[in-house]
Amino acid sequence: MGEPQLLQGNSACALGAIAAGCRFYAGYPISPSSEVAEEMARALPAVGGLFVQMEDEIASLAAAIGASVGGMKAMTGTSGPGFSLMQEHIGYAAMAEVPCVVVDVMRGGPSTGLPTSPSQGDVMQARWGTHGDHPIIVLAPASVREIHDLTIRAFNLAERFRTPVIVVYDEVLGHVRERVILPETVDVVDRRRPTVPPERYAPYAADDDGVAPLMPFGEGYRFHMTGLVHDERGYPTNDSAAADALIRRLHGKIDEHLAEVEDVERTLLDDAEVAVFAYGIVAAAARDAIGMARDRGIRAGLLRPITLWPFPEGAVAETAARVRSLVVAELNMGQMVREVRAAAASGNAELVGLFRADGEAITPQAILERIESLVPVMGGAS
Amino acid sequence: MIDVRGYLREETMPHVLCPGCAHGIVLRALIEAIAARGLSKDEVALVAGIGCSSRLVGHVDVCTLHATHGRAPAFATGIKLSRPEMTVAVITGDGDGLAIGGNHLIHAARRNIDLTCLLFNNSIYGMTGGQLGPTTPQGAVASTSPFGNPESPFDACKLMEGAGATFVARVAAFEEPVLASVIAAALAHKGFAFIDVISDCPVYFGRYNHGGEGPEMLMAMKRHDTAIDAVLATKRFVPHIQETPAAQTLPTGILHRADRPEFSQVCRQAHPVAGSGSIAPPETEGGAGEG
Repeated sequence: MGEPQLLQGNSACALGAIAAGCRFYAGYPISPSSEVAEEMARALPAVGGLFVQMEDEIASLAAAIGASVGGMKAMTGTSGPGFSLMQEHIGYAAMAEVPCVVVDVMRGGPSTGLPTSPSQGDVMQARWGTHGDHPIIVLAPASVREIHDLTIRAFNLAERFRTPVIVVYDEVLGHVRERVILPETVDVVDRRRPTVPPERYAPYAADDDGVAPLMPFGEGYRFHMTGLVHDERGYPTNDSAAADALIRRLHGKIDEHLAEVEDVERTLLDDAEVAVFAYGIVAAAARDAIGMARDRGIRAGLLRPITLWPFPEGAVAETAARVRSLVVAELNMGQMVREVRAAAASGNAELVGLFRADGEAITPQAILERIESLVPVMGGAS
Repeated sequence: MIDVRGYLREETMPHVLCPGCAHGIVLRALIEAIAARGLSKDEVALVAGIGCSSRLVGHVDVCTLHATHGRAPAFATGIKLSRPEMTVAVITGDGDGLAIGGNHLIHAARRNIDLTCLLFNNSIYGMTGGQLGPTTPQGAVASTSPFGNPESPFDACKLMEGAGATFVARVAAFEEPVLASVIAAALAHKGFAFIDVISDCPVYFGRYNHGGEGPEMLMAMKRHDTAIDAVLATKRFVPHIQETPAAQTLPTGILHRADRPEFSQVCRQAHPVAGSGSIAPPETEGGAGEG
């Protein structure tokens, strides 16, 4: 293992990206994500990478996609208002199937909102922000070390599934410094290359797993990419059968590999009567809260989605079937709770929300109070 | 004689262009320029936005990326930076490049990144049905300016020179051999090269403004090859506006050349300055340097 270091969340993101093989960063300044760009600007030249500050966030993701088409692992980072501008090209990357990573350090919204305050208000935008039906993978780290690790995982999933992957965390995690020891070696996945000669290469002819091998431009394989509905060769078509096959394959390549994508943390759930559903920074508070609850004799546990999208329906349904109450705590007015409610419908758990969108954190005490309000007073609890 | 068909993906035909549209002439000139430069098809990338002109790249047998509306210069920036050995050209139109994509175009020019940008300028939005665009002459009729365009048009070449492009030219589609030679010069130029290619849209611009069919519009270009817009301006676009604007003359030819450092090269010359970075350079793979 490496040496302990005091590392900021946004720096951990940059270090994770470089460890994953990212060699191209295009970005635009915005709080509270700018440190990701600043670290990449300093670090990339030393590893033969390139940093470019673009004219806006639309161009930033466009340039990252272009660099990925050229064969470099590429990313961009931003926060709320910039994330809104990036939606256009998240859709392009999903449709043209270009691996790339977008980091969104969430701040209070809507609009320019609260630029340096924490929020989880972008989690639905991360899923549905771009128009049209599309697959997406969204990861939600809950510590500085996990920002590092999940940024690596984001690149690996992007390359594995030829898709954009989004990492979301809030302003506090972006700016907090924690003592971390980073791994000296990490597992790195590279995109699958074609095994056929150039004249037989079709950039959207998928293998059995729904993922099509991808060659970069400039290596003897000439092909076409477009955001229009296209056939296996990448040529635009209005044919409804081709459109149907394409859209279903785009979804299927991820939906049929949920075991590779989904990740949840289950803490003290085995005997829990109350479960807290929380992600990101709120899950860190929830971990403290369930500890305090247990000290008082309340059997509380934590269900933390690490992969926010695809939504871990199975884990939520399983938990909801076993606990009496489910507290959903989010730094927004209640976004993921809609998914939780749908997934928990088959169980009998009472569902309670704990939401705030005022730029302040949800404290362990607030979660503890909500847990205690759900549990009948038990005599002798100490 | 260049085998133009050898550069086309014939399986993608028919193309989307209307009869009389000059865009096909421009495409031929581009292919001739690529061939004249002796470039292999593998080392050329065409990056396009959205619109009639942008759809053309799908028909060309090189590396082609049909991007989003107006954003082709930004996509092309990423491609050029990751593949500096490739010749990368941006195919755009007046609406794509100067309206929705104006910001990307001026910043690509400012960086002086080695891209060749062909702006197919037909003074109207063709693909969406003839709406006014940023190069539609003042007074001209479009589907969204039925009483005459109240806005002033861009001079794209002045814009590009001001933004920092180091090669700026304007050529009309009717003079195809000239166009091919100017495109070849632009491809050879190391830096941001911009060509305002005067094309036509007989189906919308011509029909709305009594400009005639394709041949008439090309003849109009030819008669006014040093004042492309003059013929259009003097056609009295709007009968009930008595004073049409004075004919604006738009010069043609290579209008500006400059020598400035090229971005994809400058970008690679960046070296970390000792003590300036908080991130230590990662160890190289394979333990190089041990012992």
